[in-house]
Amino acid sequence: MAESATPIVEIKGVSKVFRLQDQTIHALSDANLSINKGEFICLIGASGCGKSTLLRIMAGFDQPSSGEALMWGKPIAGPDPSRGMVFQDYALFPWLSVRANIGFGPASRGLGAAEVKQIVDKFIDLVGLAKFANAYPHQLSGGMKQRVAIARVLANDAELVLMDEPFGALDAMTRERLQDELLDIWERTKLTVVFVTHAVEEAILLANRVVVMTPGPGRIESDNLLDLPRPRDVASPEFNAIRRVLSAKLHSHHGKKAA
Amino acid sequence: MAIVETGSVAAAASAAAPRAATRTTWARFKPTVLALIVPVLLLAFWQVATTQQWTRLIPTPYAVGEYMIDFAVGGIYDDAYSATLTTHLLASMSRVYGGFALAAIFALPIGILIGRVPTARMLLDPFLQVMRPIPVTAWLPLSMILFGLGAKSAFALVCLGAFYPILLNTIFGVRSVDPKLFEAASMLGCRGNAQFYKVVLPAATPSIFTGLRLGLGLAWFVIVVGEMTGVPQGLGAVIMDGRTLSRTELVICGMIVIGLAGYLSDRVVVALGNYLLRWSPNHHG
Repeated sequence: MAESATPIVEIKGVSKVFRLQDQTIHALSDANLSINKGEFICLIGASGCGKSTLLRIMAGFDQPSSGEALMWGKPIAGPDPSRGMVFQDYALFPWLSVRANIGFGPASRGLGAAEVKQIVDKFIDLVGLAKFANAYPHQLSGGMKQRVAIARVLANDAELVLMDEPFGALDAMTRERLQDELLDIWERTKLTVVFVTHAVEEAILLANRVVVMTPGPGRIESDNLLDLPRPRDVASPEFNAIRRVLSAKLHSHHGKKAA
Repeated sequence: MAIVETGSVAAAASAAAPRAATRTTWARFKPTVLALIVPVLLLAFWQVATTQQWTRLIPTPYAVGEYMIDFAVGGIYDDAYSATLTTHLLASMSRVYGGFALAAIFALPIGILIGRVPTARMLLDPFLQVMRPIPVTAWLPLSMILFGLGAKSAFALVCLGAFYPILLNTIFGVRSVDPKLFEAASMLGCRGNAQFYKVVLPAATPSIFTGLRLGLGLAWFVIVVGEMTGVPQGLGAVIMDGRTLSRTELVICGMIVIGLAGYLSDRVVVALGNYLLRWSPNHHG
């Protein structure tokens, strides 16, 4: 993470305005963010703070109303296999087996059947779903579906993994397990991860940088580098000290608004 | 990385096993017994009503049963309709499946167009919505003028009957694809026309299948109207002849055969659907 290296993603003065009937909604206002290769960044904030909008702009699903979103210095014009998205509600293809879902990207790139099979085997093992290779999504639990979604993105050689509250719909135990697995994958693969959440604890557990966002209009409130050693212990005093600081940053804004 | 999934599929399957083992005979036959209660009661009522002579125009179940045997294999009355069941059934089946196939050939592409192309929707949808309430019976005279007396008219009417359910369900299916799936496909490198084959069509198959099933059901439903067009053979033709000749047992035999043939044909389609759509949680009919 050398400061001088080209950032993988740069967000320069990005604003996003939606028009709903006669209302104008400032989803995101003058956001600036620079992400280096290999970072694990959490975007955190209450609903309406623009964190999902920012993530969708990075994915190329939405275009900024003003400002620039760049990847390796080039404008992000649309969705691309180099930027994989993991959705909260999985968005798996229900008619494809686990195996075919993971192989969807490689097959779309035009790789041969043997090559696709090799890639699928590798990533199905990585997320521990070898036993369920031929199951369909509706036969899987939420945690397993999200593992398929993660494997699908990794199998496609994504450099940047964008995750939109991916564990928000899971029960606490499954969530913890998936958080551990995600960290394990991140440490082994040196991927860059941008992870949207509204849970402070999840952000501190996962990220090496936490970007706090506040609503009305959505904007970046602060950018916090965490140098807490891993594995992190949610019950440690250091963890709780950080939690207090970040919670204060999240809620200070609420206080200002209410006054 | 070892994963022990909470609430896994394997655990659910092993929990279900002992229950299956203790299943009683009654539990196994319950669906069949329950399904037979209403038909048996109806048959009993029919028997009582005819033997008590509440009506003289309807034959007894026994007479109909006897006639059904004669209709199927002959040897009892040996009249013009003896042992002709197969001929009539095959004639009707060819019209039902032919008309249905024709309807599918038209309805699927038109439905996909209306569902995916806004211009096509604006061009065709209002017209088809006005045409749709017109019953197949109302089309009978025009159909006979356009296609003449006989089999061509029968095909056309059956086709018309099966057309709308296939069309409407196809439109619904291709329109109601989860937008997230398009985003997922495009971030995985599947764009443009490839999304039609890889996302729209497979996502629409459950709806399209429902449309085909309803369409085939309606094809059987309108077969009598279709065969009012002066065709010599077919179950509809037999029923119309029975009416003209005041042979109510012939009419009832025709009705029963249509009911059973339609039912069996639907079961085959459902079995096919359960296999092809085994990925879909909503398709276990």
